[in-house]
Amino acid sequence: MPDLSSLWLTVRLALVTTFVLLLIGTPLAWWLAQTRSRFKPVIEALIALPLVLPPTVLGFYLLIAMSPNAPFGGFWLQATGDTLSFSFTGLVIGSVVYSFPFMIQPLQAAFEGPVQQAMRTAASLRASRLDAFFTVAVPMSLRGFVTAIVLSFAHTLGEFGVVLMVGGNIPDRTRVASIEIYENVETLNYADAHALSLILLIISFLTLFCVFLFNRRFPAHVRL
Amino acid sequence: MLSRTVSEVPAIKLFIFLCLGSLLAACAQPAAQETVTVAVAANFKPALDRLETDFEARTEFKLDVVVGSTGKLYAQIVYGAPYDVFLAADQERPVRLIEETQAVEGSRFTYALGRLLLWGTDTPAKLSTPEIKRIAIANPNLAPYGKAAEQLIERLGLTEAIETKLVLGENVGQAFAFVRTGNAQLGFVSEAQIIGLDDGDMTPSWHPPADLFDPIAQDAVLLTRAEDKPAALAFMTYLQSDDARDIIAQHGYDLP
Repeated sequence: MPDLSSLWLTVRLALVTTFVLLLIGTPLAWWLAQTRSRFKPVIEALIALPLVLPPTVLGFYLLIAMSPNAPFGGFWLQATGDTLSFSFTGLVIGSVVYSFPFMIQPLQAAFEGPVQQAMRTAASLRASRLDAFFTVAVPMSLRGFVTAIVLSFAHTLGEFGVVLMVGGNIPDRTRVASIEIYENVETLNYADAHALSLILLIISFLTLFCVFLFNRRFPAHVRL
Repeated sequence: MLSRTVSEVPAIKLFIFLCLGSLLAACAQPAAQETVTVAVAANFKPALDRLETDFEARTEFKLDVVVGSTGKLYAQIVYGAPYDVFLAADQERPVRLIEETQAVEGSRFTYALGRLLLWGTDTPAKLSTPEIKRIAIANPNLAPYGKAAEQLIERLGLTEAIETKLVLGENVGQAFAFVRTGNAQLGFVSEAQIIGLDDGDMTPSWHPPADLFDPIAQDAVLLTRAEDKPAALAFMTYLQSDDARDIIAQHGYDLP
């Protein structure tokens, strides 16, 4: 029987990452959905980068940036007394970067068009922007939120390359399931590799299944 | 509509032609007989780079190099990786390959005796001090240098004291990179990697005395698929020549 702690660590990493992404991603996607700034394409291209870059590129830059010799990594060591690389926090940062487009793009798509019109209507009825956002935009974009959250979660579950480069393979801290599977395969321990792979496959399938089930039940946009 | 369809035909033909062309180009192998593919444990890569130049200058053969941890390369060979020669960082895996008839009986010899080194400090006392947050070693399950490091830490009586500081590289090359990029303050690496640095690196290091770790006997073995391959046989012969042994010695290895 394989060590299940790596699975639990993977789920924890995906949950924390998704939560952080939701906090950062919502305002950013909102801004992108309504801005006419000429910098918009630049920002959009930057956000989409993790879709096309090899994880080794992200991993390499993260390794450099998190090093205590680098300004960011050095600051972190000063502030917390621990290095950022090889830590759970480091993996969260890596995963947030890696899954960024999976949160932003569905949200941005959901926020565009009808939602913006509804917001203008709400404003004409003197609703405050914040009030309108939570009572009009969020319910209308429910499907976008579900897609964004589930894709970010599932994508982080499947993370491998970035963790391999900045994780250091530490039990309970950075040895996520994908890394453990890799090591099991490399040491010809196929029984454990099979067990872990199957569990991960089932979790991933169920996660994605839920989102498609949800999308079937709910229309793309709730019209007012 | 029709005229447009017709005008598209040459474009489609050209596209198919290009596809087939690139497919053929991808399939066309370089004359396989003249190239020897060597799977090498990460620690020996710097030395092999030099050997490659020398070997290619002396013979008409070409050398292709695949780098990894000994354990990883072993697993790849068991599952049919197209390598001709395996330069392991231990004796165990080459012996096992012979037992499994993946390697040629009688072809095994020790090509180098590796030395382990603590990089980043000149005293092992530093290992357990609080300012050292992370210590890089190669994964002991995959890499003999990782296993040797584990054994050394145990003989120093520090296993429990520094257990939580250890970070594992996939092979000794990644352990080296962790220290080199500053992410780990200390690391157990092979002496050959430090000698391989040509930028006048002044990082202090500690050379453990011989009674604290067993010299790392690294064995070479000819893989069964290359049994009759002239290039592979030539490389195995070359690796035992005095010229090759000189180069190996210059790279921080002892020789049997």
